[in-house]
Amino acid sequence: MKKALALLALAAVLVLPALARVDVAKSSVSAVSKQMGVPVEGKFSRFSAEVVFDPARPAEGKASVEIDIASFDLGADEFNRETVKPEWFNAAKFPRASFVTSAIRPLGAGRLEAAGKLTIKGISREVVAPVSYRTEGGRQVFEGALPIRRLQFNIGEGEWKDTSTVADEVEIRFRIVATGK
Amino acid sequence: MNTAASEYTRTAITLHWLIALLIFCAFPLGIYMHELPFSPKQLRLVSYHKWLGVTIFMLALARVAWRLRHPAPPPVAGLPAWQRLASIATHHLLYLLLLVIPLSGWLMSSAKGVPTVYLGLVQLPDLLDKDKALGELLAGVHMGLNLALAALVLLHSAAALKHFFIDRDEVLGRMIPLLAKGSRR
Repeated sequence: MKKALALLALAAVLVLPALARVDVAKSSVSAVSKQMGVPVEGKFSRFSAEVVFDPARPAEGKASVEIDIASFDLGADEFNRETVKPEWFNAAKFPRASFVTSAIRPLGAGRLEAAGKLTIKGISREVVAPVSYRTEGGRQVFEGALPIRRLQFNIGEGEWKDTSTVADEVEIRFRIVATGK
Repeated sequence: MNTAASEYTRTAITLHWLIALLIFCAFPLGIYMHELPFSPKQLRLVSYHKWLGVTIFMLALARVAWRLRHPAPPPVAGLPAWQRLASIATHHLLYLLLLVIPLSGWLMSSAKGVPTVYLGLVQLPDLLDKDKALGELLAGVHMGLNLALAALVLLHSAAALKHFFIDRDEVLGRMIPLLAKGSRR
């Protein structure tokens, strides 16, 4: 019985596409916001991601990304000190943001749609991210830009709710590079 | 018309006062916004400050281009050599700072990763890549240059007033034609 189970497990491992290792150094996750019409990009320097994707069976693919909120870097300390505060990300109370796919839909020509749950500042919403897929020297590269509204995630409280200075629209840009299949 | 250049052209006078007015807005605004806590108001004022800076930069370019084709009137007769030298040096440094200060602000913005979008409409190219240390260095440079500008503007104004009240010559009247007509000739 034990042997049978072990065999079954082995078979499952062989059949399922293996978990690809994500090359974090080559991957990036950033958020672009606009203040007074000025685009400002902040990068999350610490995050982890898992991707299972077989281009022959795209609909069976899955991905999840977990982001360390405190690693948000706008490029200047005076801004970075502000974004972790309660009005913005409240990094002390909500140290992580995440995206977990629930369904991947192939659109053809290297384009996918990744539906899933985006959680930021403790608020989860269903979103659909457009993703482009290609292979580069044996690596899988997933790229995309997901527009969100910051106020839906309570990002920017109090006086920052005003969207005439900092726009409600924020774009999350991601590039996930996975190696080895 | 510009052969003898006995006086400043109307264009030069207009540019002089327009730039002076904008500097008198941009300078205190720069200090004020810098002291504000991070807030929507601060972000708005920083943008206004940058728009003023870009405007000053363009007007200063026009001023210098105009000046190259329309020489300034000669120094007043009997001006001691050291004063003549001091005036030439001050004017050249002022022209230089009018161009370099906005440029240093632009570079600082680029290094800090906050592009300049003139009037919220036209995005200027980023001259530098985002670089934290360089951004802070340029902030210091921008401030230092502004302190130098403040000192030069004080010197420039003091000299103009000295010419008007003590020397009672036509120097100030060249930039304020109303004065020239009222007090002289």
